[in-house]
This record gives sequence, C-alpha cells and structure tokens, in this order.
Amino acid sequence: MFVKRQPASGRQTSGDPVSGELGSGETVTIHLDGEPIRAPLGDTLAAVLLARGTVATGATGVTGASAVSGAPRAPYCMIGSCFECLVEIDGLGQRQACLVAVREGMRVRRARGPREPSP
Amino acid sequence: MSPGHELSGRAPATCDFAVVGAGPAGMAAAAQAAALGLDTVLIDEQPAPGGQVYRNVEAVAQARPGALEALGAGYREGLALAARFRASGAGYRPQTAVWAIEENGAPGASLGLLGPRGAETLRARRVAIAAGAMERAVPVPGWTLPGVMTVGAAQTLLKASDLVPGTAPVIAGSGPLVLLYATRLLALGAPIAAILDTAPPGNRGRALARLPGALGQLGGLRQGLGWLRAIKAAGVPYFKQVHQVRALGDGRVEAVAFLSGGWRQRLETRLLLVHEGVVPNHHLAMSADCAMAWDAEGWCWRTRTDPWGATSVETIAVAGDCAHIGGAEAAAHAGRLVALDATRRLGAIDMGTRDRLAGPERRALARLRGLRRFLDALTRPRLEILAPNDDEVMVCRCEEVSVAALRRAVALGCQGPNQAKAFTRCGMGPCQGRLCGLTAAAVIARERGVAMAEVGHQRVRPPLKPLTLGELAGLDGAPGAGASLDDLPAPVDAEGGAPQP
Repeated sequence: MFVKRQPASGRQTSGDPVSGELGSGETVTIHLDGEPIRAPLGDTLAAVLLARGTVATGATGVTGASAVSGAPRAPYCMIGSCFECLVEIDGLGQRQACLVAVREGMRVRRARGPREPSP
Repeated sequence: MSPGHELSGRAPATCDFAVVGAGPAGMAAAAQAAALGLDTVLIDEQPAPGGQVYRNVEAVAQARPGALEALGAGYREGLALAARFRASGAGYRPQTAVWAIEENGAPGASLGLLGPRGAETLRARRVAIAAGAMERAVPVPGWTLPGVMTVGAAQTLLKASDLVPGTAPVIAGSGPLVLLYATRLLALGAPIAAILDTAPPGNRGRALARLPGALGQLGGLRQGLGWLRAIKAAGVPYFKQVHQVRALGDGRVEAVAFLSGGWRQRLETRLLLVHEGVVPNHHLAMSADCAMAWDAEGWCWRTRTDPWGATSVETIAVAGDCAHIGGAEAAAHAGRLVALDATRRLGAIDMGTRDRLAGPERRALARLRGLRRFLDALTRPRLEILAPNDDEVMVCRCEEVSVAALRRAVALGCQGPNQAKAFTRCGMGPCQGRLCGLTAAAVIARERGVAMAEVGHQRVRPPLKPLTLGELAGLDGAPGAGASLDDLPAPVDAEGGAPQP
C-alpha cells in the first residue's frame, strides 16, 4: 500500500527539497505470525506492515481482523487514536503498532477475528 | 486500583509540573516552566519530541539539512522548540503513555504512566494537558476497509518513515492538509488519482464574513492558493462539490464512488485518503472529568477553560490544539501561557511578573485567531460527515455499530452517547469513543431532534491505554509483577472459613 520514497537521483524528487534517506539504512528481522521479515530500524511496526502490503488473504487485514466480525482491518489514523493497529508483540496483546518502533527479534502476532473461549 | 494506591512498591515520583504531549504546546510549556524554576516533566508517547505537526523534526533536520529552509519557518520553529526544551533542564519521559489522571485526595494530581519501565505513578502539583488534535472521523460507507486512511496518517508515514503511496491515491476531503499533502506528493513525483473537494457550497460565504480578521495573516492564505494552482497545473483530476463518498471493495478498498456537480462518478483506487479537518484531542481531559462545552463554531466539544487554560479541575490546565484548534504557532504561545499561570499558582513568580511575561504571548494569540476562524468557516464539513444518515455507515468501528443500530436504540429510548454504550456497545471498544464519540452524539441528537448540548458527550474512564493486569499489579515495582495465582492468599467464604469446592 505504501513504498519507501526513493532517494534523490535523476529527475525524480528533484522538485522536492526534502530528499535523501531519513533512516540509517539498517534493517532488523522481526517475526510476523511466525514468518521472519526484514524491517527498517526505527520504523513503527504499523509502517512496516503497511509497506509490506495489504494481506487480504482469508480474514486477515494489514494488522488483523475485527474482533466483532472478523472483517479485515488496517491502520487508519497512525497517531494512536483509532486502535485499528492492535497486535500482540512479544506475547503482550493490545499493543498499538503505530506507536512501537521495530526491534531485532520482535515477535508479532495479528488478530484473527473473534476469539473462541478456551475449553 | 488507581495510581498512587498504597499497595504500590516504591514511593511514586513527584514533580511540580507535569506536561502531557510533546508537540509545540507541550514543548513550549515545559521549557517555560523549567526556565522559571519549576521541577517539570514532559511525558509523550513517541520516542522523540515534536508531536504530530513537528513529528520526527530532530531526525529530519539531521538527515536532511536542506529541508528546514525549504519547509519554511514553521518547521524551523519546531526544531527551535525542541532544542529549547532539551536545553531547559525539564525531565523527559518519551515512549510513555498516560493512562489516567486523578485528583485523589492528596494535593496535586496522580498520573498513571506506562512506559519502557512498566507502569508507574507520577504525582504532580499541576498538570498541563497538551495532547493536540486528531483528525475528525470521516464515517463514509466502507470507511473500515483496509486502504482507507486519513491524510494525516499518510503525512505521518511520509514524515516518520519515508513512505509514499505505492498506488495512486484518491484524496477526498477539505481543509489545508488536503492541499498540503497533495502538493508534497506532486513534488515527490508521486501520482495522484484524483482530488475530491468535499467542502459544502455555503462555506465560502461564511468564510468571507470572517475575512477581515484573517487579513493580518495573508501569507497563510496566499500559500493555500498557490498550492491549489500547482495541483491544477499538474493536471491532477480535481472534482468540486463532492458528496456521498463511498469506499467500495471486498476485503480492501478497490474503488471510490461519489457525486460531484450532479454527476455520479466512480474511480478505481487501492488507497483512499480522507480528511475533514481536525478536532481537539480531549480524551484525557474528559477522563479527568474536566467540564466540556459544545462549540458550535468548531463543531466539537471543547474543554471549558479560563483565559490561562485552567479547567474546572483544580490542578489541570489544557493548552494548544487540544484546548482550541489554532495551529502550531498558536499552540506554542498557549503552552507558555499555561506554564506562566502554573508558575504563578505554585508561587514561584508573582502575578505582575506573570502578566508582564504573558503580554507578548497573548498579543500573538490574538493576531493568529483571525486566520484560524476564517479557515474553520471555509472548511466546515458537510452534515453527512458530521451526522451520517445512511443506515449502513459504521459509526463505531471497534464494535461495528451502524447508524441503523443507533436509530433503533433511539426508538427504544436511548437519550445520548452514554446510554448508547449500554444499548449498542457503541464507544465500548478499544478506542473508547475517540473516533465515534462525536458521530454517535450527532446521530442521536438528530434522531431525537435536540441540540448537541442536550445529548452530551461520552464519559471516558481510565485506563486510557491498554495495560495488562501484570503491569498494573507491578505498579511502581510492586511485587505483584510476575506473581501467579498460587501466591495469593487463600480465598475465604462469608463466615471466614475456606469455601467448599
């Protein structure tokens, strides 16, 4: 859904004064639903998930699925107000991905919709 | 368990002046208070100061030295505010959320914090809430589909993470942020599918009535007109008088339908960016039981304050956009006013000194107010955004409560957004009404045929941010953290004996 802006080169971005790499260029490895992926150090987890693209396979959206209906959901506000980006990080649930910067080895699990009570 | 409860492990940290939010108002307030000798702490969720408008300003200044000149005086001012705050000696608690503010008997207030060290209590003699603004919810059909986001969200992704849309977006809305972001995309060479101007026709007349007050700030007006010309010159499809916007798609947004000038339109897109102005982020003040008033001009709830930002709660003041939408420059002045008042109330300066130092800040605020009122009138959203009429529109995203459900609740006797919680669960989800509060109140007011002030606003209860029982039990290092059920004393029944299994 979103892609990294290309650094100034050639004619693209020549009209924009705010050009050049912002981050350090370093990446870290995080685990998304068990799958290792590379993520730019310093980015918020929500930004990383949005850059990865909408995963509308089954009932899982970018950050998960509605706890009420299972409909896929994705970040909406990016400032911590909408709570659409709630994911489980390192075993702790209900973390707002838009407010957490990725770390090496972070384990992320996304919501799968309404949960069944355990037997 | 409330913050400051006696079962906590360590004695809570204390300070004279706690400021919540590191945007322009918060940075200015903390720096001013510290400069006058108050023991000050600035608390903010993000890892670096700047809030939303100056998000990531220190990193941008370092990585792109050329950016500051080009981004104009506003951005440079953000860097200056951050530098002054850093040099002021005020304490700084980044990556820390405030989940409660309470006056609970002892002098001052207790703040519940959740940060990298876990849950903690901070006692402050005075508190300034500088939580800024949030974008007004845009409850169109399909707004919960992945790929529908606010323009502010896209702006944040650009500022903080260098991300641009990977697909040509449709940008729908009204207000300066729409043109600002579209202009940035154009300068980056990123394509835009279309811009949909949703401003209702009456706005221009209302705005013109306020033009005299805005004339002192002509620079801002000229800048906006320049943006519009650039966008049209670039050939971006631009639709006016847009209404009845609907996001369509299965599992994600795939197209946007709308009406413009009497014609039905449909555009394919995988990203719909919406924006209908900003409203104060008054959630924290509401949770602390600060009295609110309905602001018909800004069409939102506003914290009742005196001219210094003091609220109906003795120890709490509000400053900046979370008190009254005024923009970044006004926020800095308001932050300093709140700090001056706090310093006077705590006895560190006298009233004469306070008034003398406050003079320039008040004059600046008066000068800036004119432009803001003009812009407010120019960008008042359509009624269909403020109080959607379409049965299928999701008012409460978290609990999936539609306009139809609220209509049924009103028919059954629901009086306002608080009762709507019991009737429908609207406002009971994780966002605690941040996104649905205004819309729910507006829909109910319309259905009942009464004024907004009569239906009232949702009551907000702590905790304002999710925290686990383990974090709460471990408040201030109490031994509760990591305890298991086996560690608790054995339960007893009503007579004091062990209950039968």
